[in-house]
Amino acid sequence: MKKSVFFGAMTVAGLAAGAAAAGTLDDVKARGKLNCGVTTGLTGFAAPDANGEWAGFDVSVCRAVAAAVLGDASAVEFVPTTGKTRFTALASGEIDMLARNTTWTFSRDVDLKFTFVGVNYYDGQGFMVPKELGVSSAKELDGATVCIQTGTTTELNLADFFRANNISYEPVPIETNAEAQQQYLAGACDVYTTDASGLAATRATFEDPTAHVVLPEIVSKEPLGPLVRHGDDEWGDVVRWSLNAMIAAEELGVSSANVADMSASAGNNPEINRLLGTEGNLGEMLGLSADWAKNIIASVGNYGEVFEANIGESTPIGLARGLNAQWTDGGLLYTPPFR
Amino acid sequence: MATLSDPPAESFKLSMLIYDTRYRAVTFQIMALIAFLTLIGWLISNTAQNLADLGKEPSFGFLFEPAGYDINQRLVEYNNQDSHLRAAFVGLLNTLLVAFLGCVTATVIGVIVGVLRLSGNWLVARVMTVYVEMFRNVPVLMWIVLAMAILIESLPAPRDFRGDNATASMSVFDSVAVTNRGVYIPEPLFSRSLGDLPVGGAFNISLDLVAFLVVLAGGLFLSGRIRARADAQQEATGVRPTTWYLRLGAVLVPVIAVLIALGFHLGYPELKGFNFQGGTYMRNSLIALWLALSLYTAAFIAEIVRAGILAISKGQTEAAGALGLRPGRIMSLVILPQALRVIIPPLISNYLNLTKNSSLAIAVGYMDLTGTLMGITLNQTGRELETVLLGMLIYLGISLAISALMNWYNSRVKLVER
Repeated sequence: MKKSVFFGAMTVAGLAAGAAAAGTLDDVKARGKLNCGVTTGLTGFAAPDANGEWAGFDVSVCRAVAAAVLGDASAVEFVPTTGKTRFTALASGEIDMLARNTTWTFSRDVDLKFTFVGVNYYDGQGFMVPKELGVSSAKELDGATVCIQTGTTTELNLADFFRANNISYEPVPIETNAEAQQQYLAGACDVYTTDASGLAATRATFEDPTAHVVLPEIVSKEPLGPLVRHGDDEWGDVVRWSLNAMIAAEELGVSSANVADMSASAGNNPEINRLLGTEGNLGEMLGLSADWAKNIIASVGNYGEVFEANIGESTPIGLARGLNAQWTDGGLLYTPPFR
Repeated sequence: MATLSDPPAESFKLSMLIYDTRYRAVTFQIMALIAFLTLIGWLISNTAQNLADLGKEPSFGFLFEPAGYDINQRLVEYNNQDSHLRAAFVGLLNTLLVAFLGCVTATVIGVIVGVLRLSGNWLVARVMTVYVEMFRNVPVLMWIVLAMAILIESLPAPRDFRGDNATASMSVFDSVAVTNRGVYIPEPLFSRSLGDLPVGGAFNISLDLVAFLVVLAGGLFLSGRIRARADAQQEATGVRPTTWYLRLGAVLVPVIAVLIALGFHLGYPELKGFNFQGGTYMRNSLIALWLALSLYTAAFIAEIVRAGILAISKGQTEAAGALGLRPGRIMSLVILPQALRVIIPPLISNYLNLTKNSSLAIAVGYMDLTGTLMGITLNQTGRELETVLLGMLIYLGISLAISALMNWYNSRVKLVER
């Protein structure tokens, strides 16, 4: 008897698991809300503003997908995740997508069974030291104490860099950026290392930013991008092309200011027409409405607008476009054509 | 003549399982057991099924892949090319180190505070009450973070020791450097070292340490024999011979002889490059964790000790006083030995608590088992289920070992009833 009950339970479990594996796109449409995983708070990338509304560079990707699928950029349930919980949350289906400055790596893509749909920020790991130490290169850091956020790819890059250069160091693992800042400023570590964008954001908050230098070495490639679960390619396409639409819109000169005019009727640039749905049926192919890309640009903006508003040079974070400029401006942003 | 006929042979009917009080209890217990096992089975099969759907079958193969990250505090050899398993082992040793240090310190502080709380001196008793209430009623995580913040903010950085106008200097005859990265103390070195003994390829044991411990144990044993002889002589003649210099010599002379034979000297820390080099480096993450865990748990132990002492009837104290014992000796010879049987069982659970609380170490970046196996390894491999299960098993093992040890001690000191 015990056995038959057990098998019965297994069947029920199997059925439940089978039901959960339906298309994410349909789930999101039925729910009327997108569950999007973000950081627990990193100014510029994802943090609640004064009104409690989530805002930031990564948050905009979530909002873009919500605008494309549901036509409403505010129909997003933001789920704060830590470095430790982010992958579990995505794998278990608690969130539909993860936009949490997550580095695209081989093992995460292949072994952890996730699909990175693109790159929304090209970053690299750097080092920051107080100017008074007189260090001009990361290779002079033999024996230094290095503060590092634990549970990130930076930890492995750091080990690789020091091993490759055959110099020693003392790692001080730290949970959050705020604690790292405290230890670094108190002199409990000589060096702080994280993604260069993070260093810039951190240094901007110092009392005297000029007393600290970011060393020229960028020791790793950190392509940060949104990701979804393996195996649901329709949903992966939706997220991928939502991001691409933002990038293409900047390249084509479509912004939140002029999108209403441009989408009113077909213009003379066929690619813009296809993007905005006045020509062709790209939206239908994705399983979305024809004006999906127009909704993104109207409510969230194009890539350049989002960058400037959240992390650009006019913000306290003050990041230059650098690698994240359009390919036409010497950057790496290069979206496949909309056709 | 038989007046009673045999009772009719009772036939067993299925309904009796419920209606017959002789079987009912058993029936319900079996049903509850089946329900419980079904629930467990469902949880396991559901987890396995969902993981299989995600293409992530449980596997422990990742433990043998290179870890790729560095650990600052290593009690055994480790570099970033060693396996995740080895990294977990390094973390486990760090956990055991802080748990051991914490338990010893907490016991010492706890016993002192517990006794002093009962002191006749109003001020001392009140100060101890304030200590106990403060530490007991604030979560231990706060104390850990506070201890770390104080160490980082109030102590000088290594660069303050440098140059002609240094604002900080080393203490204790220039042998100890107290910095906001940790404390550097002189380390014992042996110029005629015996070398290391590898144990199963996992770690090395210093033969110098072994030699030192063997000689020390021998000395202590000899000293114990001398005391036993003195006791026997006192029993027989009523006069206790003076033996303290014999006992001291029995312990010290062989130990000093071994240290000289091995060429013992101290290695002092020196400021070199970014940091101090040489000496033993106690990181402030270890100190903060150790301090906070000890002070926190000591507050509980103090209460246990106080309860144990109060459990001994006042007549014992008065009787001992009437025999002419001084208050200090009444406490150590009469009250505490009896109080121990009340103190030990709750003390065990406090040791277990301290060990488990040490998993908060990541708050100050102390690389314990939670920081390595269930922290970085979990993150880099994405094997949440496996690492957490393994971590839980190890903590369970540690806790069971501690309680087995303490139960054995308890059975030795508990009151022998006649």
